[in-house]
Amino acid sequence: MIGIYLIAAFLISFLLFLNRNKIISFVLLGLFLALQGSLTVYAYLNFSSTELIYFTYDSLAILLLLTLGIIAIPAFLHSHIYLEDQPAPAQSRAIYYAAVVLLITAISAGYLANHIAVIWIFTEITTLSASALIYHHRNKLALEGTWKYVFICAISITFVFIGILFLSLSLGNASSDELSFKNLLANSSHLNPFWLRLSFIFIFTGFTAKLGLVPMFTAGIDAKDKAPAPAGALLSSVLMNLGFVGIFRFYVVIANTPLHHWANLVIGIAAFLSVFVATVYMVKVKNLKRMMAYSSIEHMGLVMLGIAAGGIGYYAAILHIILHAFVKSSMFFQFTQLYRVYQSKSIYEVGNYFKYNTTGAMVLLLGFISATAMPPSGLFVSEFLIFRSMFESNQIVLLIAVLLLLTMIIWAFGKNIFKILFIPPVMFDDSNVPVISPWESATQFALLALAVYLGLNPPAEFVELIKESVMMLPN
Amino acid sequence: MIDVLLITFLISLFYVAIANRIMTYLKVLAFQGVLLFVVVFLQLSEINPVNLALILLETIVFKSVAVPLFMAYVLKRNNITRESEPFLPNFVSLIIITFIVVITILLANGVEDPNLDKIFFVVALSSLFTGLYFIATRRKIITHVIGYLIIENGVFVLSLAVGNEMPMLVNLGIMLDIFASVLILGIFLNKIGDVFKDIDVDQLSRLKDH
Repeated sequence: MIGIYLIAAFLISFLLFLNRNKIISFVLLGLFLALQGSLTVYAYLNFSSTELIYFTYDSLAILLLLTLGIIAIPAFLHSHIYLEDQPAPAQSRAIYYAAVVLLITAISAGYLANHIAVIWIFTEITTLSASALIYHHRNKLALEGTWKYVFICAISITFVFIGILFLSLSLGNASSDELSFKNLLANSSHLNPFWLRLSFIFIFTGFTAKLGLVPMFTAGIDAKDKAPAPAGALLSSVLMNLGFVGIFRFYVVIANTPLHHWANLVIGIAAFLSVFVATVYMVKVKNLKRMMAYSSIEHMGLVMLGIAAGGIGYYAAILHIILHAFVKSSMFFQFTQLYRVYQSKSIYEVGNYFKYNTTGAMVLLLGFISATAMPPSGLFVSEFLIFRSMFESNQIVLLIAVLLLLTMIIWAFGKNIFKILFIPPVMFDDSNVPVISPWESATQFALLALAVYLGLNPPAEFVELIKESVMMLPN
Repeated sequence: MIDVLLITFLISLFYVAIANRIMTYLKVLAFQGVLLFVVVFLQLSEINPVNLALILLETIVFKSVAVPLFMAYVLKRNNITRESEPFLPNFVSLIIITFIVVITILLANGVEDPNLDKIFFVVALSSLFTGLYFIATRRKIITHVIGYLIIENGVFVLSLAVGNEMPMLVNLGIMLDIFASVLILGIFLNKIGDVFKDIDVDQLSRLKDH
């Protein structure tokens, strides 16, 4: 199935690239969604079987594939609305759709890969397709964003490659040379700790460009700012999850070696610094899209704090990363409507959103409540569990520091969101504000509601899948 | 023999530190490509001939001819000034790169591994950090790209160290080389040359938080 999926998806992407006809592109995108759906269903039915040697349908991959499949549908819908509203040349449209399909394909394959080099290859492909999306507007700022993204991602994939080389050295005295995670896990007691340490540092640093942690987070911020918002939604949810998969699968290996505590320390430092950096920028940022991107950095920091704390934190981290993907993509989709009303991203130039687009304002308000993890948001549950795991692993000082930073983030986030919702904008001419159909927000409400449902009342199978994906980790 | 070549590679890093013109950097890159060609030839004696031919072709054609020529073309087309305009004087660069090399040698001394020739490790890490240092202290975008290519050459050296046991990794490294270089060079230097008339990183600072 994965072979058929990859061939068909690359073919669809290529045809979309060539095609200039709108109807044909609808048909192709519909076909792709059907393909994506059938891959997800097939993965669920063939749980934990391996195909083409390098792809395994394990529980983490199924969970994230499901998330990706759900987000892909509104992503295409809002991309369509976006491209209708801001007409681009036929060529840019074609490249846009081809790049989105390629991005989703590469992310899916990256989730399923059971070999570190294969994840690495698909991560490279996401860089390629994401850069096409960021350059969509073909102007100076887009070029600057694309250049920074490509350059930093090139350095980070080089770092991951160095990490893979060190990993192969650490396997030196083990019986097999194969770098699949299963094999690494089986040989975890034979891995040379010196090389493993170096390898972990390089692979972790490399994947932070996709995950959005200190030190490589900067590229992602510019990318999400300059990419069209529906693409930004993918970059700031499912692509970040790919970075998480890269780090997490390797972390499972290292957690079964004596280096477990050391790795927790590295992750914990990077995660805390990420929350700190996110706070600093959230307080001063005046660009709404960048504010949402920094909020993603904060959430990824929390996820990795959960991983570093261990215990219930593992469960909470996986739950959090899924719920965050739903909430953040919903907010990015909402941003396309907000931009249509005000034609601006600056918080100074927008305001009184309830007056101009009531449904959209509801999404923004609920999205704010969800993203800051206030009850009844699903993120409240996962964040609470992360804090509990930190409490249980005696990281009280760290916990207090993080809670202080989060308070500042909620303050800054709230200040800006309520300014957008209620305070009238300065110098805004509201004579030709477009009327936005409330139905366009339906998918955004659905995503937010899904996050609440999965957080507060998770189905038993969902819980089972999460538990299974953290099963290999020691307590 | 391999040791001599790799030490020459290391010396070329010092030369990069004190060189002033961008053309000199390109010549050093081409020279490093030739050095890698010979190292591959001597080092990877155990892998199958077709694969070896592929790797040799990549080093000689891609690393030492195509990329430097293309960069020279970009340089000429966009009328980029010949000086590299570093933020720090060359003397300081030389000292810093010496420090980098000394530290990697000290680090390598701590390694006890029969599978790895230490000199590969030293050369690879030195060029990695030299490249990063280069990116941090040069003003032009094209010198950033050169810094990146130096990093890639270093990574290639490291992949040769394990190449006999795992030729797959060398091939992956080549894939990275070609993919990243084509992506960076092919698409962007052209475009950036068109949009930004004088290619300086100072101009790439308009994306801000407000």
